[in-house]
Amino acid sequence: MFYREAGQFKTSYAADQQMLPIPMDRYFVIGVVLVAAILIPAFGSQYWIESIMVPVLILSIAAMGLNILTGYAGQLSLGTGGFMAAGAYMSYKVATNMPDFLPVWIPVLVGGLFAAAVGIAFGLPSLRIKGFYLAVATLAAQFFLLWLFQSIPWFVNNSVSGVPSAPPTTILGYHVTGAQAIPEAKYLFVLTFVVILAIIARNMARSRVGRSWMAIRDMDIAAELIGIRPLQTKLSAFAISSFYCGVAGALWSFCYINTVEPTAFDIGRSFDVLFMVIIGGLGSVLGAFLGAAFIFLLPIFLNNVPGWFGLEIATDIVAHLEFMIFGAAIIFFLIVEPHGLARLWQIAKEKLRLWPFPH
Amino acid sequence: MNDTASTARDSASTDPGGKPGRIGDVILRVENITMRFGGVKAISDVSFDIRKGEVRSIIGPNGAGKSSMLNVVNGFYQPQEGSIWYNGKTYSPMRPHDAASNGIARTFQNIALFKGMTTLDNIMTGRILKQKASLLEQAFYIGRGRSEELEHREFVEEVIDFLEIQAIRKTPVGRLPYGLQKRVELGRALAAQPTLLLLDEPMAGMNLEEKEDMSRFIIDVNEHFGTTIALIEHDMGVVMDLSDRVVVLDHGSLLADGTPDEVRKNQAVIDAYLGVAHD
Repeated sequence: MFYREAGQFKTSYAADQQMLPIPMDRYFVIGVVLVAAILIPAFGSQYWIESIMVPVLILSIAAMGLNILTGYAGQLSLGTGGFMAAGAYMSYKVATNMPDFLPVWIPVLVGGLFAAAVGIAFGLPSLRIKGFYLAVATLAAQFFLLWLFQSIPWFVNNSVSGVPSAPPTTILGYHVTGAQAIPEAKYLFVLTFVVILAIIARNMARSRVGRSWMAIRDMDIAAELIGIRPLQTKLSAFAISSFYCGVAGALWSFCYINTVEPTAFDIGRSFDVLFMVIIGGLGSVLGAFLGAAFIFLLPIFLNNVPGWFGLEIATDIVAHLEFMIFGAAIIFFLIVEPHGLARLWQIAKEKLRLWPFPH
Repeated sequence: MNDTASTARDSASTDPGGKPGRIGDVILRVENITMRFGGVKAISDVSFDIRKGEVRSIIGPNGAGKSSMLNVVNGFYQPQEGSIWYNGKTYSPMRPHDAASNGIARTFQNIALFKGMTTLDNIMTGRILKQKASLLEQAFYIGRGRSEELEHREFVEEVIDFLEIQAIRKTPVGRLPYGLQKRVELGRALAAQPTLLLLDEPMAGMNLEEKEDMSRFIIDVNEHFGTTIALIEHDMGVVMDLSDRVVVLDHGSLLADGTPDEVRKNQAVIDAYLGVAHD
């Protein structure tokens, strides 16, 4: 960003407390959203939209959710996949049983709320246990929830296969979910959720609830002594985080894989989202997007690199190389910049502000 | 010490009535508190009171139970015996949330700031109990979610002005030097507009200049805002100059209770803690 933060004086607290206090940042973000909402669906290829933009955006929602819990409130969780599944299964149940005139975003929100309730239940141990022990408790949520949704056919309307297709639903006559929907419609549907949830996450981070989470994260005893109630604060983080994960799970089923199936939400998904949060940057909404893009795109990028140089490498070797490079990249990142890509971006801005002078 | 401040204070505390005008009735009574950790008796049967508007010091050698006493007063420790009478109600025991919501704020011996947050956010957390906006209002930054943020920001800015920390408003407190962190912590306690402010060694580890600044802030808080202060401090110069009354603890028991002059002359206190100048 080749602009200066110096000389940008605020004359009111309202101006200083805006979500993006620097006008350039504001224009930049509005620009990005406009490009994402208009140019990409107008000119992007089907493959690009359907197989890259949609999943990256959905995973960003899940990463924002986990970031609220782990990055802001400091509670480690490995149950992300389970909470996503809760959202997916409940929104499927609602979508297939609600009257037709109800809009399609209702089942997605109900799925999110159900996931939030599940999150509260599994967040209860967080008052007593911390760190790795809490991670193990949330791991129980991961396995228990997947088992539950596989074992109770009610969630999938007694479907014989147990893996039903996502229900086709429409907005203004366009299919936005299920196999019939065109990629652009799905993409815009997902993008709407992403924009709204990102704004909400930023707003919460700069409000009382966000400060309570960070206070509990940084020094829970002092937080309690200034009047923050630890249980309510941690449970609110679990609830809101799981809400985000639930919405992400519902969208993942409805708009990306087009089926409701447990394998999409296994423990690997939980770890993926955790990596996104760690690599993107704990306690940063921007980091959720950077992390999701990095984790999702790096394998695709690595897959394509040999082709660009005309190298003929057997696909199995490519797959193994991919794992190795991916693992090395994660370790490299954690050592060099434990605060993630969002922090690197901040450092780059600070350096550029002084550039080309060293001080 | 700051000479003008201490002389002004001396004249105020030698009121003809014996009791200075700024000091009112008893607002807090510690009643027969006994606190044990396993077999160790940290506090045994201690009682004293704190009057409105006074600066009340708790002194004593290391391990005398001073910090434990403050922890009992604001509910962090729950003693086995005794109760806290505060503002017309008896709490046995006091709970942290009762203390915070009834206007008892404190600072800590080892700084307990929220290290990942900025100075501004840290002090804003002091206002948390005064913010009532619902989650939805906060999520969309509308209604009270927005107006409360602005209103409390304004108050927090007054605290920041008062403590002269404008320049570090947006700095994460983990990056600040020790003396400034202590000041931010005082700011967080002040932001709650406490009736009773508990300060646990606010000047530990400070140099003379920082101590003078901190003493000035304590006097200003007490005189301008009328805040009652309970203070633990090891610097006897500071204690004797600032305090209206002093409690002396030793090995968990009450050794003496009185004005700085009385305490200074008390033989038991001299033997246990103050010592005498060797010729």
